[in-house]
Amino acid sequence: MTEQQWDRESVRAIIAGLQDKPGALLPILHGIQDALGYVPPDSVPLIAEGLNLSRAEVHGVISFYHYFRQTPPGRHTIHLCRAESCKSMGADALETHVKTRLGIDYHETTPDQAFSLEPVYCLGNCACSPSIMVDHDVHGRITPERFDEIIANPGVGA
Amino acid sequence: MTATVYIPRDSSALSLGAERVANALQAEAARRNIAIDVVRNGSRGMYWLEPLVEVATPNGRVAYGPVNVGDVAALFDAGFLQGHPHPLCQGPTDEIPYLKQQERLTFARVGITDPVSLDDYLAHEGYRGLRRALDMAPAAIVDEVAQSGLRGRGGAAFPTGIKWRTVLNTPAGQKYIVCNADEGDSGTFSDRMIMEGDPFVLIEGMTIAGLAVGATQGYIYLRVEYPHAHRALNEAIQAAYQAGYLGRDILGSGKDFDLEVRLGAGAYVCGEETSLLESLEGKRGLVRFKPPLPAIKGLFGQPTIINNVISLASVPIILDKGGDYYRDFGMGRSRGTLPIQLAGNLKHPGLVEKAFGVTLREILYDYGGGSATGRPIRAVQVGGPLGAYLPESQFDTPLDYEAFAALWAVLGHGGVVAFDDSVDMSKMARYGMEFCAVESCGKCTPCRIGSTRGVEVIDKVTHGVERDKNLKLLRDLCDTMLNGSLCALGGMTPYPVLSALNHFPEDFGASATEKAA
Ligand SMILES: Cc1cc2nc3c(=O)[nH]c(=O)nc-3n(C[C@H](O)[C@H](O)[C@H](O)COP(=O)(O)O)c2cc1C
Ligand code: SF4
Ligand code: FES
Repeated sequence: MTEQQWDRESVRAIIAGLQDKPGALLPILHGIQDALGYVPPDSVPLIAEGLNLSRAEVHGVISFYHYFRQTPPGRHTIHLCRAESCKSMGADALETHVKTRLGIDYHETTPDQAFSLEPVYCLGNCACSPSIMVDHDVHGRITPERFDEIIANPGVGA
Repeated sequence: MTATVYIPRDSSALSLGAERVANALQAEAARRNIAIDVVRNGSRGMYWLEPLVEVATPNGRVAYGPVNVGDVAALFDAGFLQGHPHPLCQGPTDEIPYLKQQERLTFARVGITDPVSLDDYLAHEGYRGLRRALDMAPAAIVDEVAQSGLRGRGGAAFPTGIKWRTVLNTPAGQKYIVCNADEGDSGTFSDRMIMEGDPFVLIEGMTIAGLAVGATQGYIYLRVEYPHAHRALNEAIQAAYQAGYLGRDILGSGKDFDLEVRLGAGAYVCGEETSLLESLEGKRGLVRFKPPLPAIKGLFGQPTIINNVISLASVPIILDKGGDYYRDFGMGRSRGTLPIQLAGNLKHPGLVEKAFGVTLREILYDYGGGSATGRPIRAVQVGGPLGAYLPESQFDTPLDYEAFAALWAVLGHGGVVAFDDSVDMSKMARYGMEFCAVESCGKCTPCRIGSTRGVEVIDKVTHGVERDKNLKLLRDLCDTMLNGSLCALGGMTPYPVLSALNHFPEDFGASATEKAA
């Protein structure tokens, strides 16, 4: 991953636009990840400088939170709920199906860069378990068949 | 006359196809040259009927559900716009027993109004609490909340009035109101439903809290997993600013209150109040030692009210109708109503707001309709991932904080997750430990190391490796976590683990005698 692959100016603009907020670091990290899909490790010095923090502090925050990622995701990110309500409705079997189907484990991306797979611990969709989120769309009552349909057409929404 | 049709914008309804149904209804109406007015409401909370489509008729709203895209043409053919019969017709919405038997105070408007329409909010008794609060002295507002008996709905059930009084009585140049909208517990979604279905009630509650203690800045710390709630809150906040309900000189009162939504980033522990404050300050969400309490030294070192979404959303009705009105619901020291969330393996999962005191069995069978799979319900976890598993013999327990505590269980945020008899409770216990290991903030050893060791020990037990010795080790480990953890993540993980072991020892390959241990 070279530095040229992300746009330093847009990252600078995100930092400049938010750095005066009290507790600005999380909003800035969200801003960068929204724009780029991840927080590039070599953007850390820019953030540190903007907020007058050490690089170690910024890195410590990025690595603490599950949501922030330091590598680019695939074209679609699938979050699969592993929590209790979804388990009570077959999430473990669904998990096996998903991993086999995509040929990857959690925190991995398919070789064709189409899908990244992440675990999630509840999507607040527990009344429609089991649940997954594909990009920003939550889908409920997922069976292996429904999963296959959804990933055949991932852009369409719930 | 243009017919009004309601289809939720609630994210669970959307997860079942509500958006596609809304589009199909518009398209079909256009094809038939019929003018319809589509309102995107919140969910009524009857999720087995979602997507639920309602039409306004002279005799009230009539419900149809669950509606799929393929049903739309037939609904028009049947005359659903006039409320005519169709196999999906559920009759008048308000008469559906699941809804009719509830006591909706906090959720009074959810599913009824357009969530981001201020006019609709005002037309349904919105902002009456704030108007009253604007005429009251701060101490009188706090007294009204104390009088209601409201206890924090986020888990610990601490009296809200006492918390507010502490902040009121702590002098400071700046105070804050922080709404804990992290809702990380599995099986819970009532915070989400309020934020998506009636965001103004939360905004109003936070504004009243600001008036009560002299805080001029509020933050809603919202979990990133809730993009629809984020959108609805921001739309409502903008509308409130425009109409003078937020910002400087609220409704000409001379009082100011600003409100902003901040997003979390996928860390369960950031629901713990001090960890949440660290996160809001832009740091890693490490739990702080207490004291000092956030009420005295909270956000940026200033006195801070931190309350759950439901706690704050219950304040407007308390101010509007009086503390006594709210207090008259409930039992013992559990006053008012609890939005109970029915999840997991149930035929009728959803949101049920009832006065405290309804029994778990009534909730599971009268409302939940028994298991979705038709098999016996074997175990129920109440109160999120740190809550105990209850066996059938405890289903007659009333939902009441003290009654649950007496069973070494918790009511928490009121999430109820049912499991049928195919569940393997040793797997659920293992998952409890694993979850703690994944989500630990790492500050203290019993939680950070103990949870990983816990997974290993349970694996040994279930593989039959020195079972008795390892079961004893597991209990010792739980004891250390219970007594040696700084916060409830490490301190309560033993609840699901030990309750699973105590009530379902057969799943651990243990002999019946160990049950008493
Ligand atoms: C690990 C952990 C996670 C928590 N998560 C939440 C949460 O998601 N939402 C919440 O309101 N309270 C949560 N709490 C409870 C809060 O610490 C705190 O008690 C609550 O926000 C206070 O508000 P209340 O008095 O209105 O309940 C959590 C506590 C712990 C220990
Ligand atoms: S119990 Fe766990 S989450 Fe809580 S402070 Fe200790 S390490 Fe952090
Ligand atoms: S447990 Fe899976 S959505 Fe809540």
